[in-house]
Amino acid sequence: MLEFIKQPWHWSVAGVFIGLTVPVLLIIGNKNFGISSSLRHICAACIPANIPFFKYNWRNEIWNLFFVFGVLFGGFLGTFGLANEADIQVAQSTIDDLRVFGVSDFKNLMPTDIFNFDNLFTLKGLFFFIIGGFLVGFGTRYAGGCTSGHSIMGLASLQWPSLVATIFFMLGGFAMTHLGLPIIFNLINK
Amino acid sequence: MKEDINPGCDAPNELIQKESFLYNIKYLIVGTLFGIVFVKAEIISWFRIQEMFRIQSFHMYGVIGTAVVVGMISLFVIKKLNIKTLNGEEIVIAKKPFSKGLIYGGFMFGLGWAITGACPGPLFAQIGSGYLVVIVTFLSAIFGTWTYGLIQKHLPH
Repeated sequence: MLEFIKQPWHWSVAGVFIGLTVPVLLIIGNKNFGISSSLRHICAACIPANIPFFKYNWRNEIWNLFFVFGVLFGGFLGTFGLANEADIQVAQSTIDDLRVFGVSDFKNLMPTDIFNFDNLFTLKGLFFFIIGGFLVGFGTRYAGGCTSGHSIMGLASLQWPSLVATIFFMLGGFAMTHLGLPIIFNLINK
Repeated sequence: MKEDINPGCDAPNELIQKESFLYNIKYLIVGTLFGIVFVKAEIISWFRIQEMFRIQSFHMYGVIGTAVVVGMISLFVIKKLNIKTLNGEEIVIAKKPFSKGLIYGGFMFGLGWAITGACPGPLFAQIGSGYLVVIVTFLSAIFGTWTYGLIQKHLPH
């Protein structure tokens, strides 16, 4: 059993688990699945600054903060308790594309040549941590949800605005990958 | 099953009965399982997101597609069998209203998703997995959300 758990899981297994989160949260407490709202609750709880958007009863939504703390803890358990024994198998075509940009570490879940503290105060850090993070936080709130709230909960409940959102998530991702990243890597590799 | 046409936030708590603070441990446990799945299926990987946007692997499409179908079937069953919450309340689905923000904000999030390799969920799991520099990304995301709140009135919706 532990042998099985220690292998990387198939996409269908992950998909079933994630999909089941929708009915599980509803049945155990009538909670609508969504993760980016946690960022708003954190703002409302810690830095409301008299902004109307952050003046609501965030305590009534505290389940969401418990949930995301669980995700963090689950990330810890999954990595340090049940880690995949083999290195990640990235598609060869992706490796070839990324090598052109100077990415050289393909062993871990994240490329450590980008995601490490040494890059924090460099152009790399500015793009990959500061600007990237800002776009995620600003964009999800402007769109009223993220992959979980729109692409999973919204699509599963057949709501067409969530389909619009999902299409634009993907368009943004394609645009950044194919048009933005070549420019960014060109700048930081100078 | 009924619809909440004017939810107070995007992933609302629709339970009428009040839950005690400790009762929230349930959501911590579900979140923990969720985080384990994120790591085990490598969904938190920057490379998997790159593969997705380069259409060089089916993995992420398979994960999200399966999740949507399973969620859809679950909601259909809840509706058909009139399944209630554990304490007997009617299940409520929050309406996702249309706004132009879905387009502009959605596109912006997509840009950020491809840079960071993370939507908000994986951000938490990446930090838990020991990529501590992602804490900076996370703080920047909070600042992004805060900035949205600050200038919301001036943005097209």
